[in-house]
Amino acid sequence: MNDETSPVANKKYLTFVLATEEYAVDILRVQEIKGWNKVTKIPNTPDYICGVINLRGTIVPIIDLRLRFSLEEQTYGAMTVVVVVKVLSDSNKERIMGIVVDAVSDVYDVPENQIQPPPDFGSVISTEFVKGLATVDEKMVIILDIDRLLNSKELALVESIAH
Amino acid sequence: MPVDLTEVRKLFFEESFENLDVMESSLLDLEVETVDQELINSIFRAAHSIKGGAGIFKFDHVTDFAHAAETLLDEMRNEEHLITQSLIDLLLRSVDVLRMMLSALQEAGTYDFQEAQACQNELQRALKNQSESEYDKTAQSLSPFAANPQVTEIPQSVTTEESKALATNPGWHILFKPDLSMLKTGNDPINLFRELAQLGDLEVKVDTSQMPALPDLDPQLCYLNWELILHGDVARAEIDEIFEWVEDECELQITSLEPPSEQVEVSPIAPSYDAGDAAIEPVSSKQDTVVQETKAETGLQESEVVTEKESVSETETSVEAVVETDASEGVSESDTEPEVSDTQAVVETAVFVDEKATSTPDIPAPIKTPEVQKGAAEGVSHHALEATSNSIRVNIDKIDSLINMVGELVITQSMLDQIGENFDSSRITHLRDGLAQLERNSRELQENVMRIRMLPISYSFNRFPRLVHDLSAKFGKKIELKLSGEQTELDKTVLEKMSDPLVHLVRNALDHGIEMPEQRRAAGKSETGELHLHAFHQGGNIIIQINDDGAGFDLDKIRAKAIEKGFLNYDEHPSQEQLYDLIFQPGFSTVSQVTDVSGRGVGMDVVRRNIRALGGSIEVKSQRGKGSTFTIRLPLTLAILDGQLVRVGEEIYILSLLSIIESLRIKTELVNSFAGFAEVYRLRDEYIPILRLYDLFGITPTSRKLEHGLLVIVEGDGQKMGLFVDELLSQQQIVIKSLESNYKKVEGLSGATILGDGSVALILDVAGLIHLFQSQIKAPHTRFHFLSGVRYER
Amino acid sequence: MTDYNILISDDSVAMRQMLTLTLSDASYNVTEANDGKQALELAKSQSFDLIITDVNMPLLDGLSLVRELRALPEYQFKPILLLTTETDPEKKKKAKTVGATGWIIKPFDPDKLLAAIRKVLR
Repeated sequence: MNDETSPVANKKYLTFVLATEEYAVDILRVQEIKGWNKVTKIPNTPDYICGVINLRGTIVPIIDLRLRFSLEEQTYGAMTVVVVVKVLSDSNKERIMGIVVDAVSDVYDVPENQIQPPPDFGSVISTEFVKGLATVDEKMVIILDIDRLLNSKELALVESIAH
Repeated sequence: MPVDLTEVRKLFFEESFENLDVMESSLLDLEVETVDQELINSIFRAAHSIKGGAGIFKFDHVTDFAHAAETLLDEMRNEEHLITQSLIDLLLRSVDVLRMMLSALQEAGTYDFQEAQACQNELQRALKNQSESEYDKTAQSLSPFAANPQVTEIPQSVTTEESKALATNPGWHILFKPDLSMLKTGNDPINLFRELAQLGDLEVKVDTSQMPALPDLDPQLCYLNWELILHGDVARAEIDEIFEWVEDECELQITSLEPPSEQVEVSPIAPSYDAGDAAIEPVSSKQDTVVQETKAETGLQESEVVTEKESVSETETSVEAVVETDASEGVSESDTEPEVSDTQAVVETAVFVDEKATSTPDIPAPIKTPEVQKGAAEGVSHHALEATSNSIRVNIDKIDSLINMVGELVITQSMLDQIGENFDSSRITHLRDGLAQLERNSRELQENVMRIRMLPISYSFNRFPRLVHDLSAKFGKKIELKLSGEQTELDKTVLEKMSDPLVHLVRNALDHGIEMPEQRRAAGKSETGELHLHAFHQGGNIIIQINDDGAGFDLDKIRAKAIEKGFLNYDEHPSQEQLYDLIFQPGFSTVSQVTDVSGRGVGMDVVRRNIRALGGSIEVKSQRGKGSTFTIRLPLTLAILDGQLVRVGEEIYILSLLSIIESLRIKTELVNSFAGFAEVYRLRDEYIPILRLYDLFGITPTSRKLEHGLLVIVEGDGQKMGLFVDELLSQQQIVIKSLESNYKKVEGLSGATILGDGSVALILDVAGLIHLFQSQIKAPHTRFHFLSGVRYER
Repeated sequence: MTDYNILISDDSVAMRQMLTLTLSDASYNVTEANDGKQALELAKSQSFDLIITDVNMPLLDGLSLVRELRALPEYQFKPILLLTTETDPEKKKKAKTVGATGWIIKPFDPDKLLAAIRKVLR
């Protein structure tokens, strides 16, 4: 329903592939896309936190989305892609983090009114970090809420009171 | 025209606190009985500067107070006073009061103005010339510290209304006859006339009758007189202001173009003063009568042709002053001339009342709600550092060398650039040289940049003469303070954070370390105890030593106290080091009561924790009866540490060199198990727990066999630990990068760094590791947690 | 419209800043000195149209500075103003005894400062 007379909000999304599924994140949150670098592991962290890397002098944590979604693990290689995103916390603190994906697809315009709410699968899969579903190029794309995804209690990214 | 005062305001506070420091240290240097002109002059100038600056921002209470102190200091430099200890103490107290007032103003807080007023009264009582200043009169008659909020708008509006009523003033007739030499002071009639012309329509008639013939003419002299007629509604005060500077160098007659009777409509003012305002009332009734008298006088004088410029201008001014005075003309205090007559003087006070009254709204809010704070000396922290100044004064030399360094870097870079172009293997040596140079440039640049953040430790040491002076008086002890190495520089943040710990240690030394004079005498020591603060650089650190020649620590007493408090078992015999270590335990104190001086929630444990948080260490050495020495070691900068790289499996970790005691190859026969689950290593006469890092971190090591790896003995939080690693790598300077900015704080890690190959290495935090280790082991009770090992006697 | 060069001398940074802001705002060129000695040296090395100095300064105080300046041919008749907190008229006039052109009371009202300067410049 792209009526030209009524201004419909259109946002651009970057889509990427994880296993057989296609996901999308708000392009404004994407800082850059880079290849895989050796990661320094941080002791005693969940498996989906690969570790940290040096991004031009800043220490940035890398999250493996496959492991995060409990999908089958993949070995990292030359084709592995890391999407570096800006994540906002509740207090508007900005963090830079990287997510490991299989491949990056494309950038699409998705009008707001075409985003459907995610279906409820009960407690099997948590959909708290899914903003909605959209159909792009006849494929179903899962639009991620990057803030919720990377701020969740499981990651326990609590702002230290000492700050 | 609005000038941006925020920068100036910041400067004023910075400068004033510095001036207060100057005053304080100079006062402490003043010797009783001797008049050191230089010293007193510098104290005077400091007070004067503060007064001047406070005036800009209309901090009237500060101005008044500073004026009182300044007046006393002026008398002192004119040798009108004998320099006594009580005079010095009074001035020291004034410094505290000013500090208190300025801090409050800076932070929009409150201060104890009963203390301020009491001190100001003392200052005034100490003055030789009591009847002096106008500031005096107001201070005493009005008790300005009690703000009277209603005393505001009413007089002001009345005055302007009144002057409007009088404003049918058609103008002035001015006879201006400069002395011959008037021009020599740089004053030019043309400019004065131009200014007059701004006020209204000006007619100028010149009288050239006095001019000599051309050959006799001296161009530097003024032979002309003028008759000026200024049409317009101009206040007399404005004309006076224009001629202010040349008053004494000319004959000046200013008469109104107005018939005399209409001029003096002053009485209406009196009732409206009554209308507002209790505080002003007594004065206004006087004013009533004064006004009637002046009316009569002026009336008289108007009808005479007065040739004496003085009396005319002054009497008229008196009337004008009452009528015209508008508090918005902040400077009009200076227009009034009090020396002429008594009537004048009273009128003047009336004017003053007005001034003060209308200026009350300018006094910042805090004064309206008095809040008694702790005595000035205690409650106010030393401002050289602590005022939330995110700015730093840098010596321009540092900046210059920085600029040079960057210049060299640019040169090296372009040199490498050149080598890179058309590079072939024959140019390898050039490339190597270039890279070596690059490394040198970078290192120098880094060192220079760090130096910018560094300040001499004198900023911190400077508060101690005063502290020692006050505390020795308080305790009744005689103490001499020696400072050395004040120029030793350290990072500004480290300096700021070390302030409180140092103060605590000094207080401790004064309170518990140095004995009372009688005790010292009995012990064969001189009655005056010595406290020595010494700072110097060593390696990449700054060392601060606090040494006293007092009673020293009584190890037996410590041991007894430890047993009493449950830190030790009666059958335990810890080493000397371990006993000293107990001093830093929370809750431990060898004094039965914590005096209010050393107490205040800053215990030795907090001192050590603060020092450790900065990446430093503290230790104590003492000799019973002879004294004690506390040695603090601090890194020169917070962003960089000297690190030891270690390898565990495939991972590289960094340990701060400061935390490493020693590293050694493990002899398996010295490894014992403890309570069946932990391993300890016997190192000389201590048993040190072994932490297998690979285990704690869940990594695969190169070898799990202790004899294949190394044990790095580290210390953190009062405990020793042996870290088992695969290999020791290089030592290098590490730039500390935050883990927390994009990730989060991880226990056991104090940050990360980027190695030469671009990879990330984690920096280990020993205290955190120990904590992690203990929680993992789930060790039962045991005082294992604070004694680094248990000494077994054979 | 000529460019005027003013030399100000005061040992208080805050006061100097105030003066410079007010004067530059009015398009005067300002040079700062933080004591009388420095002021004298600057005055000798450069030609100023007006000198404004504080009274209390280290090394060389304001009154002495004025005396020294008046002894130089360049500054014999040039305008020199003293900044003073003195409100007592007798003491104010002390400025004249050493040959100053006039005085400015501090804390100063920027408009008054500029008006005072107009009396001696141009």
